[in-house]
This record gives sequence, structure tokens and C-alpha cells, in this order.
Amino acid sequence: MHDSSTAAVQSNASGEAHAAADNPALLHHFATEEQQRDSASLGMWIFLATEVMFFGGLFCAYLIYRGWYFGDFAAASTSINAALGGANTAVLICSSLTVVLAIWAAQTSQRGLLLAMLALTMLFGCAFLGIKGIEYKDKFDEHHVPGVSFSFHEEIPGHPGQYANPQHAQIFFALYFIMTGLHALHMIIGLGIFAWLFWMAWKGRFTPEYHTPLEIGGLYWHFVDIVWIYLFPLLYLIDRHR
Amino acid sequence: MSDHSTSDHSKSSPLPTYFGVWIALLVGTFLTYEIAKIDLGVFNAAVALIIATTKALLVALFFMHLKGAHEKLLKLVVISTVFFLFLLLVLSMADYGTRLWS
Repeated sequence: MHDSSTAAVQSNASGEAHAAADNPALLHHFATEEQQRDSASLGMWIFLATEVMFFGGLFCAYLIYRGWYFGDFAAASTSINAALGGANTAVLICSSLTVVLAIWAAQTSQRGLLLAMLALTMLFGCAFLGIKGIEYKDKFDEHHVPGVSFSFHEEIPGHPGQYANPQHAQIFFALYFIMTGLHALHMIIGLGIFAWLFWMAWKGRFTPEYHTPLEIGGLYWHFVDIVWIYLFPLLYLIDRHR
Repeated sequence: MSDHSTSDHSKSSPLPTYFGVWIALLVGTFLTYEIAKIDLGVFNAAVALIIATTKALLVALFFMHLKGAHEKLLKLVVISTVFFLFLLLVLSMADYGTRLWS
């Protein structure tokens, strides 16, 4: 329990009848805890709107080039290890589950479970980045990274003897590295946020009444999960059936 | 579960929903991976995107709690996000997709 008397004094001094004046987490410019929570959530959703447009531009570029150079994109996509991408999808989905379980633990005052779920979320996040690292290393070894050492000699799936245009394949790999790289950067930032949330939870800052940072951090984590849900089929599974 | 009870966490446990959504997402991932190996012609991409959108909706509705959200301003933000993304993708594809027609 925090110092509730201070909050009560501040509430009286402001001359307003706060519905929950005993909560020190309620800032003075909000009337109720619910209003404060809704405002934080709305702000996060507006930020996520900008993120959707940010990734949307990249998806748009991807769709245009995929339409133009479909065979080359299929050849480049098939050279990526799709099993690793699928495993990473499962890892992220599990991390999204541990995020909602962490919030539930905070809502039901289960400190041990809350800390365990936050730690598991970070563990899944690190596993994702580790698998991503293996994938990147393969691409570096194969000289599939755009740049001076880039080389690509693969047949177009379903067209034996016809080789993909390396220039067009390079565009695919540029999009692959930019999109998965920016996604990985979001994961790293998310890990930072969850390390901070873990620290706050460790200090006992979250209660059933106040756990807004967990919900806001959770929204961010789920959004990054949704981006990956689209990246996986679009980048890893072009024309796999041939 | 009714639409009104989801915003109140104290009344019923959300755990069955959370685990149900989790399993549905894992099944969706497995389906995406396996169906990509089957030749569906032009429908391969469509099926992959339909499954991905279903998964994204599950995450947004149940994990991000859009289902049961009561604030109108929040709905406005979410709907306009989807609308502007739609505008970006559809108008761009309408341009690039029809350039060879002339």
C-alpha cells in the first residue's frame, strides 16, 4: 500500500470530489481512474495508427514489386527457411498469451504469476530474436544480403531452367531485411518496455485498480505480433507449392 | 458470452477465452504453413491473407480488448486507421495494377 493520505490531502486541496481519491496513481487532471485509463489507451491506439501507416507503406511497396516480379520474388522467398519463420510465429503467439496472462495476474493480485508471465514474455521475445539471428546468418552466408557481394542463382519455382533475375531478387531481399529488421527493432524496444514493466511489477507498483502501463505495453506487444502475422505468409510462403 | 460482460473482468474469468484464442492462433499458423504447400492457383495468396486477417482480428478483439470497448473515440481511431490503410493499399494497387492496360 502506498501513502494514501497524501493523495487524499491533494484531493481535498483541489476541491474536487474524486471518486477514488485514495489511489496515488490517479493524476490530478483526471476525474476518475476510468477516464485516466481510457485516455492512456486512446493515446496508445493513436500511436499504433501511425505505426500501421508506417508499416503499411512498406507492405504497399512489397505488393507492387511482388506484382511486377512475381517469379523472382517466389524464387527469393523459397530460399528462406520457412520452418524457422513458422516457429517464430508460434513463439510470438505464445508471447502474446503470456502478456494477457500477466495483465490478468495483475488484475487478480497474483504477484508471482505476474512476474513469471513478464519474464516468460521476455524469454519468448529473446527466442524470437535468436531464431531471427540464425535466419539472418544463413542469408549472409549465402550472399543474399543486398549490396556489393549480393549473388543469387536460383530457378524460378515451376519454371525449370529459368533463373530469377538477381536484380529483382535483390529488391525482394531489400524488402525482407527492411521489414523484418524494423520488426526486430520493434521487438528490441518491446523487450526494453517489458524489462521496465518487470522492474515496476517487482517493486509492487501494479494493483487490480492500477496496471495501465501493463495494458499499454501489452497493446504495443500485440501490435508487433500482428505485423509478424502478416510478414510470415507474405515473405516466407510465396509460391511454396511448386 | 454476451457483449456486455467482457469489459468487466471481475465477474467471469477471461482465461478460457485467452487460451481458446491462443490455440486458434497456433492452428491458424499451422494451417498457413501447410496450405502454402498445396497448389490452389491464384487462391494461395488469398487464403494466406484471409487466415492472417482472421488471426489479426482475434488478437485485436480479444488480446487487445477491442471487443467490449465502449469508448466512441477509440472506435473512431481504430476505424479510421483501417480506412486509411485501405485507402493507401487500394488506390496504390489500382494505379500500379492498371498501368499496363493502356
